[in-house]
Amino acid sequence: MALTKDQIAQTIAKELEDGFYVNLGIGIPTLVANYVPKDIQIMLQSENGLLGMGEFPTEEELDPDMINAGKQTVTAIDGAAIFNSSESFAMIRGGHVDLTVLGAFEVDQKGNLASWMIPKKLVKGMGGAMDLVAGAENIIVAMTHANKHGESKILKECSLPLTGVNCVKKVVTDLAVMELIDGKFHLLKRAPGVSVEEIKSKTQAELVVNGDIEELQF
Amino acid sequence: MSGLNKVVDTYDQALRGIKDDMLLMVGGFGLCGIPEGLIQKVADLGVKNLTCISNNAGVDGFGLGKLLEKRQIKKMIGSYVGENKLFEQLFLSGEMEVELTPQGTIAEKIRAAGAGIPGFYTATGYGTKVAKGKEVKEFNGRKYILEEAYPKADFALVKAWKADRFGNLIFKNTAANFNPMIATAGKITVVEVEEIVEPGELDPNFVHTPGIYVDRVILGKFEKRIEQRTVKGK
Repeated sequence: MALTKDQIAQTIAKELEDGFYVNLGIGIPTLVANYVPKDIQIMLQSENGLLGMGEFPTEEELDPDMINAGKQTVTAIDGAAIFNSSESFAMIRGGHVDLTVLGAFEVDQKGNLASWMIPKKLVKGMGGAMDLVAGAENIIVAMTHANKHGESKILKECSLPLTGVNCVKKVVTDLAVMELIDGKFHLLKRAPGVSVEEIKSKTQAELVVNGDIEELQF
Repeated sequence: MSGLNKVVDTYDQALRGIKDDMLLMVGGFGLCGIPEGLIQKVADLGVKNLTCISNNAGVDGFGLGKLLEKRQIKKMIGSYVGENKLFEQLFLSGEMEVELTPQGTIAEKIRAAGAGIPGFYTATGYGTKVAKGKEVKEFNGRKYILEEAYPKADFALVKAWKADRFGNLIFKNTAANFNPMIATAGKITVVEVEEIVEPGELDPNFVHTPGIYVDRVILGKFEKRIEQRTVKGK
């Protein structure tokens, strides 16, 4: 069975370490916040100017002046800090954020990722993604392994306009957990009931498989 | 009246001198922290051929979306089109020129404009379309692109929470976003606020934007529309 969005988020949450400052992108990455292990404390950075993003507000707490980078209304935790966009991107560009989790249309074995436009079809804009991937020490991409036609999104070379080059470290898809080492994806874990053969067939990039690959447990 | 008193009473006074073909910078992230009344006044005045620097372009029918509807913007510089259908349509059809720029680079290009810094190197966008035509330089084994500061805006339109009569500003929560930098980068900086207080009422230790950057302050009215209303489940 392919992983659900929540299971992808749950898998990524295991990478979190106590004391991490983390930026979560829009979509599946946002769900990671729901699975932070109970025994650690992390601080969520939202690039519109909030360090210490909390839960969604109650109706009483709802404040139009307090939103996250996905434009959702949020709260600030005790001990949060608020700042302007320039300061926010200084902490991002300056390498102070420990982990960035974001989505992508495509990734490739050079560590490149594409996430902001499909020529002539869709223009979302890069938002803060180009700054985040250029600045973060550690980047995990959350995405589906293949498109709805079964075509691989884990490529030798991205076909869409790039968001960043040589920046992807780890990819968690609905089928597998992969790490990029020296220009090759290494298969680390597989979704329950998904065979190595199926993952291989849906991975256009070079994929290294060493020994038995464990199934993810939920 | 003292020359240091920045307060004006009407939107006509606030935007006196605005003309076609001008460069505007407009604060806000999504609909959060946008100078709603000033944008409405720009729409009412009908000035056109504008170049606008703003992270987003509002939503359909609100914020800068109002200026898109009236085709007042010739060129839009921002980082995110998002769910703004009209923006996407004007972009894809080529009716409006759009310069998509990474969010942090926009912030820094505005900051640099206000701080008298002509340009800076950043790794953001290296190897992407954003780097096209830009100088690449290597520092300590890593490649960076040269980004130039924006020119100063003819009008910088800012939203703040409180101002005193000298134009010292305080922002509230994430409504600060691009506003503090934009305040520094205008030939004429106009600030729309929720409350005007007397000099001395703002603690100087907690002033976010010193009044030296500010030319005009107007007391505004805000709808504060929410783009994604999310609340905690019961």
